[in-house]
Amino acid sequence: MVKVHLPALGEGIDKATVSYWYFKAGEKVNEKDDLVELTTDKATFNLPSPATGNLCEILVHEGETVNVGEPLGVIEEI
Amino acid sequence: MDLGLIEYKKAWDLQREVFAQIKNRGSPSTLILCRHYPVITLGRPAKRNNILIPQPELKNKGISVYEIERGGDVTYHGPGQLTAYPIFNLAHLKKDIHFYLRLLEETVIDTLSSLGIYGNTSFGLTGVWVAARKIASIGIAIKNWITFHGVSINIKEADLANFSLIRSCDMDIEMTSVESVIGREIAIEEVKQIFSDKLRRVLWSKCTCRH
Repeated sequence: MVKVHLPALGEGIDKATVSYWYFKAGEKVNEKDDLVELTTDKATFNLPSPATGNLCEILVHEGETVNVGEPLGVIEEI
Repeated sequence: MDLGLIEYKKAWDLQREVFAQIKNRGSPSTLILCRHYPVITLGRPAKRNNILIPQPELKNKGISVYEIERGGDVTYHGPGQLTAYPIFNLAHLKKDIHFYLRLLEETVIDTLSSLGIYGNTSFGLTGVWVAARKIASIGIAIKNWITFHGVSINIKEADLANFSLIRSCDMDIEMTSVESVIGREIAIEEVKQIFSDKLRRVLWSKCTCRH
């Protein structure tokens, strides 16, 4: 199981809003695929998938906010 | 890369093409400069009802609408603006979204200063202002720490009228332009030269990338 965490996005940025999941829960993702898009200030930031596997759980849904370091979703490696 | 006056979609496609080359082949970061035919774009968090006139009327005016992947709400672009899209790999400079946004703002302020205009930022509101009016808008996207989309500076006064078609950035903002502030006509070319020189200096000269 690989948890996908919100990485540090820059000084003074402690959270971001999930604006788009490229995959639905249960779908297969490849490492480095665009996984989730986040919005902060006037920027969108795309987080690539850290692993190949099934996106088994989405913990933070579109429109919801996540803090830096917190998990956004879980990938079960295959 | 100066595209001159170009349809929004063509420049958008080119941005993504340049982005892919940087991402997949490690090509050098590129500054795209252009002006657009009248267009309204909606960023990811945009509310559609911030476009204040009905779609058929927009069509009659020849104004297209695009939903795009940048941050920020609704904005307008027209031929009287300078639009700059730095497709820049921040991995070669600093992986920091705020650092990059502030750097774009500072470059606009520095450019305005060369023209005798005092521009400023407004805390919590990305963009550049002259007193209470907005003169430059910023909306960016970052993938793999490579930036796209960018900044537009209002230069020609005649182009400001179309901002009344939208509720910019989901706020009741009054826009201004370089010409409105200095009280005379100015060639877009002049502002373009100053801005692109300054931007290249702050982005390209400090980065560890190939030029």
